[in-house]
Amino acid sequence: MKANQDRVIEVEGLVKQYPGVRAVDGVSFDIRRGEIFGMLGPNGAGKTTTIECIEGLRQPDAGSLRVLGLDPRQDGFALRERIGIQFQSAALPDHIKVWEALDLFASFYQKSTDWRALLEKMELEEKRNAPVSKLSGGQKQRVFIALALVNDPEIVFLDELTTGLDPQSRRAMWDLVWQIQTQGKTVFLTTHFMEEAERLCDRVAIIDHGKLVALDSPQALVNGLGDESRVVFESVDPVDHALFTALPGVTRVERIGERTLVYGRKDGLIGRVVNTLEGARVPFNNIHAEQPTLEDVFLKLTGKEIRE
Amino acid sequence: MRAFMKLSSVQTKLYLREPMSVFFTLAFGPILLVIMGLIFGSLPRPELNGLSQMDLSVPGYVGMIIGITGLTAVPIGAATRRDAGVLRRFSATPLRPLTYFLADILAPFLVTLLGVLILILMGLFIYKVQFRGNWPSLFGAVVLSALSFFALGYAIAGLVRNARTAIILGNVIVIPMTTFSGAMVPLEVMPASVLRIANFMPLKHVVTLMRGLWTGEAWGAHLLEAGILAGIFIVGVVIVALTFKWE
Repeated sequence: MKANQDRVIEVEGLVKQYPGVRAVDGVSFDIRRGEIFGMLGPNGAGKTTTIECIEGLRQPDAGSLRVLGLDPRQDGFALRERIGIQFQSAALPDHIKVWEALDLFASFYQKSTDWRALLEKMELEEKRNAPVSKLSGGQKQRVFIALALVNDPEIVFLDELTTGLDPQSRRAMWDLVWQIQTQGKTVFLTTHFMEEAERLCDRVAIIDHGKLVALDSPQALVNGLGDESRVVFESVDPVDHALFTALPGVTRVERIGERTLVYGRKDGLIGRVVNTLEGARVPFNNIHAEQPTLEDVFLKLTGKEIRE
Repeated sequence: MRAFMKLSSVQTKLYLREPMSVFFTLAFGPILLVIMGLIFGSLPRPELNGLSQMDLSVPGYVGMIIGITGLTAVPIGAATRRDAGVLRRFSATPLRPLTYFLADILAPFLVTLLGVLILILMGLFIYKVQFRGNWPSLFGAVVLSALSFFALGYAIAGLVRNARTAIILGNVIVIPMTTFSGAMVPLEVMPASVLRIANFMPLKHVVTLMRGLWTGEAWGAHLLEAGILAGIFIVGVVIVALTFKWE
């Protein structure tokens, strides 16, 4: 892979200071052409600020940025000809119809794609004459994605793409993102959904308190946890945690509601937990082993759970 | 240019879909005209120097449409779109702020022109008002007045923190302004104390200019009014330039 040519976004030491808080605190990373790059973190971690500095919509306080070879601070208008942006929250004028919005936004660019074909691809054909304000959440989101694609951009920025959508619409959005990638575009998305980052992204950057804490493929991040696994079972009465911590290879025990989670070395863990429970004559059910996920990576790196 | 044309045409369509704006820009003037016609008829009146009430009402209402549109529809629309995040979405495209601003002014202007046209045609053909001026001159006065008031309205949108304040402020200004400027009721029948207040109402100068040109007076006789309106326009544009924000 030839360096630089394949890097469509280069971020070095990015800092953005707001009164009383350093929203982005020295973040550095590169994004390669054609990948789906995800930025994962809790609300307020600095994801949106980072993405908006890269888009040229916010002025960073320090650091260097190159996007498609341009400096977003100086070449904002030229850059926005070549990127597509979907905001976490944005709006269209009252009373505007779906086709009018697409037709209007297409006129803002020197080069734009045929928005009629885009409507079809987004399955919005039937809604072309509907006011945008009358659409469902998922349909509205598709309109905003269509607007982000209307200039046939090289990079598409999707900020919290699926927040507020039902699981079915969320999956439909993922399909759309894969389609965008198939067309050779680079996708930069932010999310606070672990599953979304894990399923959708080629590489994931985990960000917390404005700092980048990890950056790799979801698989590599999970593998980085080593051979730790967990066994989960349900019991009506609480079980003495010491029963398990005494077992070889067990690192910690947690109880959430009626569920007890035993973390430890994968090999033979479930067998040892079952034996212990039976030995202690504790009634239990629904026992199973769970593979570690990005959630566990996040927990380990930041010491806290991400909450949806 | 393509963006400007498209944006102007979309904004005009959207303006026409907003019932309140349509009412005040297109319907309110004609409705008042009909009411005045029912009350006073088209007979010449000695206290109005031999003119009929309708002769004064038509140019007065032209000023009123411009005033109401500029101080309510323009600032409320601009502040609402900014608050809702519409402008923020536009800022993510290569659209230039100036293009946006000009299209945002052109749309209400086109609808205002339509309202003015309806009013004048009603006056000429239903109430047989006398027009002694020349049309290009009157058109020029409409353009100057609209530029001035729309810039003022846009400046208000830039100065207030949110759309709610814009709505309140617009209405608070508009009611005394239409009453004390002679737009609604001719100043000739008002007491002296009102006349003194009237001079501080920007809309009074629109009405005076309109009526003057309507009755055939020359621009030269109205340099004061024209100068004040041009001054308001310049101040408005400077405020807009200083306060314009995409979000």
